[in-house]
Amino acid sequence: MDTLYGLFIAPFADFGFMQRALFGSLMLSLGACPIGVFLMLRRMSLSGDAMAHAILPGAAAGFLFYGLEILPMTIGGLIAGIIVALGAGAVSRFTIQREDASMAAFYLISLAIGVLMVSIRGSSVDLMHVLFGTVLALNNEALTLIGGIVVLTLVSLTIFWRALVAECLDPLFLRSVSRLGSPVHFIFLGLVVLNLVGGFQALGTLLSVGLMMLPAAAARFWTVRVGPMCVLAVLIGFASCIAGLLLSYHASLPSGPAVILSAGVVYFASILFGTRGVLRARIVHHRHRTA
Amino acid sequence: MTNACLTFRDLTLGYGSHPAIHHLDGTIRKGSLTAVVGANGSGKSTLMKGIVGVLKPMAGTVTRAAGVRTAYLPQQSELDRSFPARVVDLVSLGLWPKRGLLGRYTKEDREAVSQALMAVGLGGFETRPIDTLSGGQLQRTLFARVLLQDADLILLDEPFNAVDAKTVGDLIALIKHWHGEERTIMVVVHDLDLVRQNFPETLLLARQPVAWGETRETLKPENLLRARRFHEAWEENAPWCEPDSHDHDHRHGHDHDHGHAHGHHDHDHHHGAGPRAA
Repeated sequence: MDTLYGLFIAPFADFGFMQRALFGSLMLSLGACPIGVFLMLRRMSLSGDAMAHAILPGAAAGFLFYGLEILPMTIGGLIAGIIVALGAGAVSRFTIQREDASMAAFYLISLAIGVLMVSIRGSSVDLMHVLFGTVLALNNEALTLIGGIVVLTLVSLTIFWRALVAECLDPLFLRSVSRLGSPVHFIFLGLVVLNLVGGFQALGTLLSVGLMMLPAAAARFWTVRVGPMCVLAVLIGFASCIAGLLLSYHASLPSGPAVILSAGVVYFASILFGTRGVLRARIVHHRHRTA
Repeated sequence: MTNACLTFRDLTLGYGSHPAIHHLDGTIRKGSLTAVVGANGSGKSTLMKGIVGVLKPMAGTVTRAAGVRTAYLPQQSELDRSFPARVVDLVSLGLWPKRGLLGRYTKEDREAVSQALMAVGLGGFETRPIDTLSGGQLQRTLFARVLLQDADLILLDEPFNAVDAKTVGDLIALIKHWHGEERTIMVVVHDLDLVRQNFPETLLLARQPVAWGETRETLKPENLLRARRFHEAWEENAPWCEPDSHDHDHRHGHDHDHGHAHGHHDHDHHHGAGPRAA
């Protein structure tokens, strides 16, 4: 019993920084995982990655002017992310270019600017810090920020749920009955940026995408409905955060990669064992019903 | 005209600078059932998109009568069949005009969904994932959604593609039922026999209306021949259509039985197969 306590409870009970890390990353999962589900269903899984890169110049600008301060870097990232999201979204909505191409163009430009800005002032150690985050050093400011982002995300998702589903499922139909199609798309892109910015506090720009996409990708193998898929993604996100933090604590590993790799393990397990996964499809299909 | 559901005034719709519907005038009566026929590329789907408002006119207007609710079944649906949704989720989208973004689905709504599925012969399909439906079943599912939309103006773009004979019969019966309820219906169809048997009115398109009116008149052999000679390809160096050279008369209504007289007619088609009969 004591070993169990030592393994699973003590790290969180004994250390304030672990509590904060747990709290922050759980909140983050609550908002980011449903967003990831919709990104995946809209075939924009890689856009999350692109957006994360796009945030860099804004964060770098904040860093350039204020040093390693969370608030300026966050606001900078938010601005850069929204410019790229709206720009790429607008190009794909109003020209013949698809979103993948416009997103790639915008984020590459943005990333180049970001690297340029970091190299003007910072060393590569600082760059690593921006890219890989500091989940074990979340302060109150950062936690409040993440909390606000999560509340905003969940409220927006609840309000626009039906439109978002319709926009994914049958965009032409939505356009024929409502003008909400384009606004919903941009609101959604805004939420993606917000959650990535929130995640970049905890996990860094690169790994925050992982917490968004991996639980969503894993949940896809278990259910055929959007609602349950979002709930499952959040649960997988929770499990990954707890497992990752414990792993990071006991094995002295960096926390961000530990969380993401935990989600990766769930992902591979889901590919194999999910109700719509590989093994099930291979093994069960030679039994069938009469109708 | 008080009983016009749709009014086209000098309507030109197209892509780039090339018209796919060229200077269309006329009205669609309330409660009418019109078949839209013509060769590939003759502008049928484009006209539908123009009416729904998905495509903005290059010139002219299309006006819907006040308060007309439209349901549209596109030819090439942008439906994502891999999306994790059940039949009931897809059909329930048809409740949008009634419930909008936030309105709760009531028990009656759910019953209406079941009844709509019943009406297209898909009773009991509610919980089937949409990626397990056959092409024809999906088409009927979309019909059920149109049914649920309870619209005054119903636009169906090639709804009978990939649908078996029995189902075509069922869907035609449904369309006739709508017609009986005084709804206005326009259907893009390729099967002329089907049109002759079931549609009182027909619009024969070849970028411009070749004929428009009572089906038997419209589908006369000489009209069909003229429609067949329509030159499908765009010509990059086709002359610009000048407003001045285009002598226009807004009063003529609904029975265009001659192709629309147009200044650049001959230039437009001089690469075509032989002289036009017009």
